[in-house]
Amino acid sequence: MVVIKKSRYGDQELGLPRFARVSFSSLRSAQMDWQGQKRAEIVMQFMLVVFAIAGLGIGYTIGSFPTMMLTYAGGVVITALITVPNWPFFNRHPSKWLDPSEAERHPKPHLNVAAASKKKAPKHK
Amino acid sequence: MHSFGYRLNTVLTFALLLLAVLCGAASFLDAFNSPLSASSSYVQANAQVVKVNRFRRQLNGADEVSLTFNVSLDMKRLFTWNTKQVFVFLAAEYETPKNALNQISLWDHIILDKDQAMFQTKVTTKYPLIDQGSNLRGRKVDLILHWHVMPKTGRMIRDKLRLSDFHLPEAYT
Repeated sequence: MVVIKKSRYGDQELGLPRFARVSFSSLRSAQMDWQGQKRAEIVMQFMLVVFAIAGLGIGYTIGSFPTMMLTYAGGVVITALITVPNWPFFNRHPSKWLDPSEAERHPKPHLNVAAASKKKAPKHK
Repeated sequence: MHSFGYRLNTVLTFALLLLAVLCGAASFLDAFNSPLSASSSYVQANAQVVKVNRFRRQLNGADEVSLTFNVSLDMKRLFTWNTKQVFVFLAAEYETPKNALNQISLWDHIILDKDQAMFQTKVTTKYPLIDQGSNLRGRKVDLILHWHVMPKTGRMIRDKLRLSDFHLPEAYT
């Protein structure tokens, strides 16, 4: 179950300059869109594996165990900074939910009781 | 991946999994450089007994010996990038009518660094050689050097090398 939390008041309350409000507005939303989620997962796995291999390679050739650990730890932090917050480039394909007033004009079809198939009502605020 | 907390959890869990793989790989690669079976060929050592300091019989009937000996060690080749420390100890082995094998640790030392791995010292027994009974007069005793290579990650390697032997005096000193 997925819940969209959207602020009612816009971004003025953040006190950011206008360009930041526009481009980083996605940071305040808890929800990443579907394509963004897929992208975030792929980027995360790829970056972590790359940093692990790089750490092992550098540590082994230099012959220093702490170097390997520090390289890897730095890689984990960079990966977390890139994939965890809800950056704008993860929100390029927002889901198009129906406008509430539009949804009211197309009421839920009346189902035959004998058919007994359950349908979830579309969520809207 | 639908919320901040979920993504953070995924990153940290996957990072931890890869950390385990990394440690396993480090331990595995290490095994190429110092093969487990030939560990004793990487060590050169010598130990000679210089003097028997004390050889007496305790009140409870057990023999007790205190020795001074010269130890020289070269364990540089045991150290790899994955070695944390090497624990070395010298054990005395002998046979008595009561026990087929007695092993007693006489002296031990921790080597933390490759630079500290080659040295010679003259040292007295840290732990006296105490027998279960009084069978030590005139006994032939072997000196065996044992070492434990403790890695930063992975399996500990244990090995030993027989160094020399000596005879205890026939009478108490």
